[in-house]
Amino acid sequence: MARRATPEVNAGSMADIAFLLLIFFLVTTTIEKDKGIARQLPPKEDVVDPPKIKEKNLFIVNVNRSDQLLVEEKLMELKDLRLAAIAFLDNGGAPSGSPEYCSYCKGKHNPDSSDNPDKAVISVQNDRLTSYKMYIAVQNELVAAYNTLRDRESERLYGWKFTEKTKDLDEGKIKGEGAKVAIQEKLEAIQKLYPLKLSEAEPKKSGQ
Amino acid sequence: MSKFTKKKSNELPPVNTASLPDIVFMLLFFFMVVTVLRDDNLLVQNKLPKADQVEKLKKDRSVYIYAGKPSARYQDKYGSEPKIQIGDKYTDLSNIKFALTEARQKLLPELQDKVMVALKVDEKTNTGMVTDIKQELRDLNMLKIIYITTPGNEIEK
Repeated sequence: MARRATPEVNAGSMADIAFLLLIFFLVTTTIEKDKGIARQLPPKEDVVDPPKIKEKNLFIVNVNRSDQLLVEEKLMELKDLRLAAIAFLDNGGAPSGSPEYCSYCKGKHNPDSSDNPDKAVISVQNDRLTSYKMYIAVQNELVAAYNTLRDRESERLYGWKFTEKTKDLDEGKIKGEGAKVAIQEKLEAIQKLYPLKLSEAEPKKSGQ
Repeated sequence: MSKFTKKKSNELPPVNTASLPDIVFMLLFFFMVVTVLRDDNLLVQNKLPKADQVEKLKKDRSVYIYAGKPSARYQDKYGSEPKIQIGDKYTDLSNIKFALTEARQKLLPELQDKVMVALKVDEKTNTGMVTDIKQELRDLNMLKIIYITTPGNEIEK
């Protein structure tokens, strides 16, 4: 029986088909880019004995319903908030020699402002009608203030930036378990120097 | 000396395209692998606010909550008041707990304790609504939240 040789399949259109599929996936792809500001909510418990915070250790940021900022009783633009928060956190008002003295603070050491970064609390008060955009912008600026200070300290102590190392750790650029733990410890040490103390008051009902 | 001069054709040799399909396939596979088809069908407008001091979200342990005005095509039916969406449907504030517990059960069992709630809230929504959601989350003891944002900064415009 004579068998006829099968004719070769023409693969010339293969590229076209592949291109078609490629374009389909190109169009439908949304590369995941979910990033955001992480927060830990306070647990729902009745606080029996609320800690007393001195007036001078409190930095009150008030946002009204037309998205205007009132910082420490003064009207302020959003762009000035970061520096104001840094000045407050980094003040180190406790006198040298006292146990609360902040040796690494580079602020004005004004006794009328915060004692040290551990004591300093930023309190944000929103109106219910504040826009979410403004809310996030304020949160972003306050986190930026903390990050600036943490960057400065980590650069002084270890020679690298806090935010960059955190990012490297997130993205898995640091190899080896030992190295990871070491970095983690250093990051925590920096966090301890400037602990994130943001408090959020229950928003007031508008017009009341 | 003409012995050494080789005969040269003036025509350019055609570019060999035999490897073109391979290259295209490689690209194709890349995009097939990174493609995530949207698992939630958005029912609300979702223009996220901008921020630059951000952290990455760990996707495997997160539950999404969307909030904002209903999308244009649903506005006839549901009005233009901001609404909350969990999964594929609108949820009432009172119903959040149930919807969230349900959503949490879809995660891997070992990650259910470490659940993180990703809030995707439209920038025009009021903070009041976000606060209400946060109160519900505190009741449920799901305390880790992340406000999803887009890269950028509100100040530089």
